[in-house]
Amino acid sequence: MNTPNLVIPPPREITTRPRRSDQIFRGVVTVGGMASLVILGLIALFLSVKGIHILREERFDFISGSKWEVITDDSGSIAESSFGIGAMLVGTLLCAIIAIAIGVPIAVLSALYLTFYAKGAVKNFLVSLVDLMAAFPSLLYGFWAFFIFMSSAEYWAKLLNKYFGFIPFFEVPAPIFERSPFIAGLVLAIMIIPIVTSISREIFDQTPLDRIQAAYALGASKLAMIRAVVIPFGRGGVIGGAMLGLGRAMGETVAVYTVLNVVYQINWQVLFGAGGNVASLILLKFGEAGPYEVDALMAAGLILFLLTLFVNAVADVLINRFGSKGR
Amino acid sequence: MQTQVAPSSLASVAGNRQARVPGSELLGTGLETRGVHAWFGTKHVLSDVSLDFAAGTVTALIGPSGCGKSTFLRTLNRMHEFIPTAAMAGQVLLDGKDIYAPGTDVTKIRLNVGMVFQKPNPFPSMTIGQNVLSGLKLAQIKRSDTDELLETCLERAGLWSEVKDRLNEHGGALSGGQQQRLCIARSLAVSPQVLLMDEPCSALDPGSTFRIEQTISELAKTMTIVIVTHNMQQAARVSDYTAFFLSDGGPGAMIEAAPTSKIFSSPVDKRTEDYVTGRFG
Repeated sequence: MNTPNLVIPPPREITTRPRRSDQIFRGVVTVGGMASLVILGLIALFLSVKGIHILREERFDFISGSKWEVITDDSGSIAESSFGIGAMLVGTLLCAIIAIAIGVPIAVLSALYLTFYAKGAVKNFLVSLVDLMAAFPSLLYGFWAFFIFMSSAEYWAKLLNKYFGFIPFFEVPAPIFERSPFIAGLVLAIMIIPIVTSISREIFDQTPLDRIQAAYALGASKLAMIRAVVIPFGRGGVIGGAMLGLGRAMGETVAVYTVLNVVYQINWQVLFGAGGNVASLILLKFGEAGPYEVDALMAAGLILFLLTLFVNAVADVLINRFGSKGR
Repeated sequence: MQTQVAPSSLASVAGNRQARVPGSELLGTGLETRGVHAWFGTKHVLSDVSLDFAAGTVTALIGPSGCGKSTFLRTLNRMHEFIPTAAMAGQVLLDGKDIYAPGTDVTKIRLNVGMVFQKPNPFPSMTIGQNVLSGLKLAQIKRSDTDELLETCLERAGLWSEVKDRLNEHGGALSGGQQQRLCIARSLAVSPQVLLMDEPCSALDPGSTFRIEQTISELAKTMTIVIVTHNMQQAARVSDYTAFFLSDGGPGAMIEAAPTSKIFSSPVDKRTEDYVTGRFG
């Protein structure tokens, strides 16, 4: 349709000159955003610088091995040393998985209750209680678990072992049920419930009203409405919350230290009183460690850092794949 | 307010029903309301509406914004009570039974009295096909002929030819008008007796509006339809009966209800005449 003489111009470059106030605000926001990245990067750098020579010496044994010993000669200098956090890594993952498997369903149910069933004063009270739980010091969770919770949990562990002992995970080599990964996982589950509940509640609350009404108008019961509308909408948020919980569970130190036997041997049998976790290893050894061992602990910290990063990256992929579908 | 006039004026046209499309037959006793009031908190928003919807008719509810017509519509399938602090008085009778009676299974009521909303709201997590059949899943109705049902519903909603090759795509991929027809198809799948439509075309372009009006005329052969509309031409085009609502600053009330042709040619109340001739509203 162009007339023969029409010269078609090249597309123009479109630019905007932002207002001064926008430029300033952009600067402030960028500094804020970068600050967290820089701080995190510096921590990683510090851990790497301190720990890298340990990793060079131990190589892959640092991750796969489970021996952690420093032998000094009479003069106090190190004669022999061996560092491996394999058992601790397995313990970290095991406890975190148990925590997620138990904590997330409970948290999602409480979030659904708080969003769609609880009313008025009860709701407000419970919401602030959950938020309070999130701020509760982990040491107190540890104490409570050690003095009060452990005996009940031990009983449950025995029941599990008695009736499901044929499943390899629930076997025990010896009847020691105290201070097991199972119990540590339960305590971690309780500790992550508040954060996962809070985030899930927040996202459930945002479920578009028109979709909720559409479901009801089609004769849905509340349960059917929640399954068809709320869960698909909130799935991504719940996974995000679970990942924050997982981060807390993997990094948790004091509470795990209180209720878990640190044993330098890989143990997959969750009911057996032997395990460990990278963070509690660091806590356990830090006080008495010489400079060389401290470096090894830093290396352990670096590995935990990388593991957490990796797990979060996987979670991001999961959220992108499954989470946005219901939006 | 001359609300007392309204029910009798509708009653006076009850014998007039043959004026409808020839060949359409009456299906049952339909839906009736008796002295319906509605409140939000302490605000009285709707006063004393008694209106009958004979089976197989299309009734348009018209009136300026804030006159309570949408609120009234939402009392008809108990969607009103989802708004916190909402309250109602009076009776809504479906086939002679009060749907607000204690012990009523409200999900069953909503299966019989379907609803299409102002804004198209397909479920984004479901495909087009799943959306149409979602009511079966939500209400736990088992049917073996789902393929057939899917086609029938989309056909009746006037959407089949446009989507038959893309039933596995997500509902959000459709245009606004198509989404609205998808929502109509979705409400048809659970075979309601009554379909309530709350300004179903207000967010749509004229072409889509035309398609949906065609759909309404088609559906009216087999079900009772109540449609809230701001568009008086639409009311005139699609409905057998029209009820005019108005609020004088207080609660909204029904001023007049009559066969549509009468409302638009010789309304009884001066305010109805002013409204339908475009003098206000």
